Amino acid sequence: MKILVPVKRVIDYNVKPRVKADGSGVDLANVKMSMNPFDEIAVEEAIRIREAGKAEEIVVVSVGPTKAQETLRTALAMGADRAILVQVEDDVDVEPLAVAKILKAIAEQENPGIVMLGKQSISDDSNQTGQMLAALMGRPQGTFANTVEVDGDSVTVKREIDGGLETVKLSLPAIVTTDLRLNEPRYASLPNIMKAKQKPLENKTPADYGVDIAPRLKTLKVAEPPVRSAGIKVADVDELVAKIKALGIA
Amino acid sequence: MTAPLFDQWRARSPHYDDSHEAVCDSVRAFVTREIMPHVAEWEAAGELPRELHRKAAAAGVLGLGYPQEYGGSGTIGHDGGFDIFHSLVQSEELCRPGAGGIPASLQTHGIGLPPILATGSEELKRRIAPQVLAGEKVICLGITEPGGGSDVANLRTRAERRGSSYFVNGAKTLITSGMRADYITLAVRTGGAGIGGVSLLLVETERAGVSRTRLDKMGWLASDTATIHFDDVEVPAENLIGPENAGFGAIMRNFNGERLGMAQQAAAYARLCYEDALDWARQRETFGKPLVTRQAIRHKLARMLQMIHATQAMIDRAAWTVKTGCAFPGDFALLKVQATQTMEYCAREACQILGGASFVRGGRVERIYREVRVMAIGGGSEEIMYDLASRQFGF
Repeated sequence: MKILVPVKRVIDYNVKPRVKADGSGVDLANVKMSMNPFDEIAVEEAIRIREAGKAEEIVVVSVGPTKAQETLRTALAMGADRAILVQVEDDVDVEPLAVAKILKAIAEQENPGIVMLGKQSISDDSNQTGQMLAALMGRPQGTFANTVEVDGDSVTVKREIDGGLETVKLSLPAIVTTDLRLNEPRYASLPNIMKAKQKPLENKTPADYGVDIAPRLKTLKVAEPPVRSAGIKVADVDELVAKIKALGIA
Repeated sequence: MTAPLFDQWRARSPHYDDSHEAVCDSVRAFVTREIMPHVAEWEAAGELPRELHRKAAAAGVLGLGYPQEYGGSGTIGHDGGFDIFHSLVQSEELCRPGAGGIPASLQTHGIGLPPILATGSEELKRRIAPQVLAGEKVICLGITEPGGGSDVANLRTRAERRGSSYFVNGAKTLITSGMRADYITLAVRTGGAGIGGVSLLLVETERAGVSRTRLDKMGWLASDTATIHFDDVEVPAENLIGPENAGFGAIMRNFNGERLGMAQQAAAYARLCYEDALDWARQRETFGKPLVTRQAIRHKLARMLQMIHATQAMIDRAAWTVKTGCAFPGDFALLKVQATQTMEYCAREACQILGGASFVRGGRVERIYREVRVMAIGGGSEEIMYDLASRQFGF
């Protein structure tokens, strides 16, 4: 079985994002970028499935600028076998629907048993690509995966839902999106970083897959969240209890 | 353009590319997961757990700079695709917890192993290097003696050849990782007085006649430092590293790399001091205004940056001379002084900016302040470095 893992290059999760002065988006100039953490979990899970002997090949794909190559190399250094970069111009933001269409075209060429995606990217938190891909392809989906168990021609996914876990069994091929608690991704060892340079990385464009990536959405304004206002100090426990009661919390 | 952060200075340097950033990310992830949560615990214990060496080996951290045939990640410039700047990035990242004993003690093989790989017999290399690079065994370097440190030519620990063995008598002190080490690359006198009588001998610490005493220190708390006594310790002659009485050159060759690494560590600590001081100055209000708006504080921060930039430029140039094969020892002596003076200045000024907060135990700046002396004295004191440089530059 082959596993296809889409990965996205996003602002590093340690960086505090700043909004551009003109409110048109988040300032990405000179900011440290990394692989979307949920995608790292997806890469890790795919590697574990292969290590368990239930998959033979892991193909990673990224839709993004030239620099997204670094993200693909990270996935290759972790253990993926080959990579596809679907390159777009540096300042182009590709919306989930266009990404899903490109992934569908790649999946039709590659025929993976599982497409394993992060449940969402921490850049725009859309949480749509996996679901859209499943719908476009007419395949079953197991989203917000907490555990993934491949067994023959099916995959059992425990999903994180409000208030607990839901178990679904999907027949392959299927789409799985990964949640935070699925695994703890490995870090690439230093020798593997260098070995990753030798692994194949194919360069493509959205046109190669016949996908129009023109935006369907229009961003009106991006603004910083309002600054949290300071709390108040209470004199004693009685006043605290009274305040809590007044708020209707207890 | 937003102000560059701690790890963004490389983006505007000609010496660093994507592969250096990938090494940075990987080592940082290792440090964040395997080191950061344990700093206080290991500083209290006074030593690192063996497990950390094995984990560092698995991450490729221990092996960076060592031949793949002995289990390393690749020799700089030869195999594995790494250059000297990758090792600088790794040095910097291992300093991020601001606890100098951790990189020092985790990487004593960085001074203990190279003489074996450079001049040792094939049998010795195969016996020692793979175990050390796998994190299964700890190796340290024994040069300094209770009677003298930098005067390597006049060291007194004797190894006397009787039959097929050497018998070692004497003492070494201030030996990093000395309490835990399984092996010591030991500088001994096998011949007459002066540089022509010095050899290197690999001594297993489990041999009869080896005894060790733990030293308590001002800094490097997570590192075990020892005085080691040798009382008629029998060591087989196969453990001789390189030819007899030719140890002095091997010891001296070791120093360039050690000083470059220490300079990068000192620069990393200086950068952390700047980072923490700036963060504090932005948040702390005095007399109704943020500290960072005060001219006295702004000048301190700007001067810290000025010195850090100058030091890093000097480090990168020295590393470039290594990469291109035109390294000159006098440069490395002066580089070490430049770097530790920068660290000392930045540690002092960061403490002044943090005020009382820097005096309370547990903070990064407080720890780094206590690491200044070991950096300015260890690996060749500033005074010795100036003396060496003056001789190297021919005056």
